[in-house]
Amino acid sequence: MQLTGWGRYPVIEADTFALTDTQSLRRHLKTAGSCIAYGNGRSYGDSALNTHVITTSSYNYFLDFDEINGILHVACGLLLSEILNVIVPRGWFLKVTPGTKLITVGGAIAADVHGKNHHIEGCFSQSVIEFTLMLPHGKVITCSHTKNKKYFYATCGGMGLTGIILDAKLSLQQIPSATIEQTTVKNRDLQETFAAFETYKDTPYSVAWIDCLATGESLGRSLFMCGRFSHKGSCEYGNAKKLNVPFVFPSWALNSVSVKAFNQLYYHRIREKISHEKVDIDTFFYPLDAVQNWNRIYGADGFTQYQCILPKAQSYEGLQEILTTIALSQKGSFLAVLKLYGKANKNWLSFPMEGYSLALDFKIEPALFTLLDALDAIVLRYGGRLYLSKDVRASKETFEQGYPDIDRFRALRKEQKMDQIFQSLQSRRLEL
Amino acid sequence: MNTLLIIGAKSDIAKAVAHAYAANRSHLALAARRVAELEHFAQDLRIRYRINVSLHEFDLSDIASHRPFYDALHPKPQGVLMAAGYMTEQAQAQRHCDETLQTISVNFSADVCFLNMIANDFEQRREGFIVGISSVAGDRGRQSNYIYGAAKAGFSAYLSGLRNRLYASGVHVMTVKPGFVNTKMTAGMNLPKALTAQPCEIAEDILNAQQRGVDVLYSKWFWRYIMLVIRCIPESLFKKMRL
Repeated sequence: MQLTGWGRYPVIEADTFALTDTQSLRRHLKTAGSCIAYGNGRSYGDSALNTHVITTSSYNYFLDFDEINGILHVACGLLLSEILNVIVPRGWFLKVTPGTKLITVGGAIAADVHGKNHHIEGCFSQSVIEFTLMLPHGKVITCSHTKNKKYFYATCGGMGLTGIILDAKLSLQQIPSATIEQTTVKNRDLQETFAAFETYKDTPYSVAWIDCLATGESLGRSLFMCGRFSHKGSCEYGNAKKLNVPFVFPSWALNSVSVKAFNQLYYHRIREKISHEKVDIDTFFYPLDAVQNWNRIYGADGFTQYQCILPKAQSYEGLQEILTTIALSQKGSFLAVLKLYGKANKNWLSFPMEGYSLALDFKIEPALFTLLDALDAIVLRYGGRLYLSKDVRASKETFEQGYPDIDRFRALRKEQKMDQIFQSLQSRRLEL
Repeated sequence: MNTLLIIGAKSDIAKAVAHAYAANRSHLALAARRVAELEHFAQDLRIRYRINVSLHEFDLSDIASHRPFYDALHPKPQGVLMAAGYMTEQAQAQRHCDETLQTISVNFSADVCFLNMIANDFEQRREGFIVGISSVAGDRGRQSNYIYGAAKAGFSAYLSGLRNRLYASGVHVMTVKPGFVNTKMTAGMNLPKALTAQPCEIAEDILNAQQRGVDVLYSKWFWRYIMLVIRCIPESLFKKMRL
């Protein structure tokens, strides 16, 4: 079958093995050769692509739920959306959730995803009590912050390259309601945007949408949004009706004019400097999940998301340079997201570090790759790095400079013969 | 809360129906061969829907075991879903007698023996419903699949008669005729995508139709019209077709 990541680029022909139980997986790994786990296909680039993939979405069970202590034990193919349907009405929520709930738990660990509360709660792995991992020869080990530590640090953020994550125990947070009290702050430039992150640094959730086509005095203008769970309201949680993008847009539909128009409208829709409202979980955390197949709007050639992070001290200067470069290229998209992150964790390939991260989508077109190479150069100059679960094109040299622990990762892969079995297009490109 | 008994609970359609009924607040009794393989599945349902799920080792083709199995079942179900099915390649079924008999037994005769026992109980209790999964393949025999089709045709006829008999006691019998469904049974077959449903779609149809008291459900709905056309083709012409 044809397989792609969420960016719909590249497309490869792959055969699949559906994970249903550990015994059959163990038998399969003995003869499978090179393969990689594939969850719900939401990493943007080529990190879950190989000519042979182990699909995990059929291994999607709740194994245990301790409702008193908020400890959830699930199989790797379960989607966060399915988890929320069960836990939210019972007064619990994930400690860490990314901007989509349509990912598997295995994928969340492998990409060590993070969300709007990274500055307080860190990455997804920091809510993982332990998980089990099947190694190349079929042996299953339990990994945690205290057991098989090096496997834990390599696997969280390790993009599925250390083995197949089978199941995981997650620690949940109690919530008083399923309503979020949201504050929106309108910022005229990058300086105001940065100030908003500092002002609201104790608010649990925060993120800024940034207009990446704005230039000059408006460079870095943004809508900063932050929120916390409300103490008023119920824990009722339902699935709202979804919109759909029913076909692939022609690739000219998104251009600098249409994106500029969108950004103008989006920015000017908010009138006050500071506004408050109450919103539900899906609106606050997962706005894009409301539109099924939104990745089709970028046209038949697909798109990529460029996400970088810069150390905090260098962030202001670096982002000015990055935003100027993007604005001049006229290639920016309407989904540019800025966030202030908290401290890095101990995982060898986790993306976050203390500083500002910028993420934005680009339609795939020939001239794009030159622009992204130019952005890479700026990111490296300021001591930053790129996010593997978004990446589809970075060079090995660019990647290595951002991740000082890469050689430990490579050494473990080699020592445990993981490098002979678990491979993706990305791992080959970056020699992970 | 009511309990639904599912026979052949390992089939993909049965699993999807289990989810649909559990979400609709029904307890479940799941019966299948090597039922231990369903332990993860059952525990998952208990956590998701806060219902009781019991597992029962049961071989439908072992007719002598039907009575002791049902006698030992507590509480007694208010509904039964017969989802056991067996489909082999037509070439196998027409060449090997054991394959032929297995097809007829799992899709027809063993089901009939079992449902007779259920029907007698429900008739006496004057409550309950029976849902039998037949197939559009039973609507007309085609060279590519007629032994399976013949068994399903027999099963459809049986359910029709049973419905007629139990109407007086207020017991509802529903015949389900799925078309192409993306399941283990059809894995590897080259099914037309536009006509192929997911098991969860069939399950939603079954739950809704059973609650509305539908007698014969085609799922997805358009199969009613496809099969109407196929049944209307004169036999003199039909026999020359490659279907």
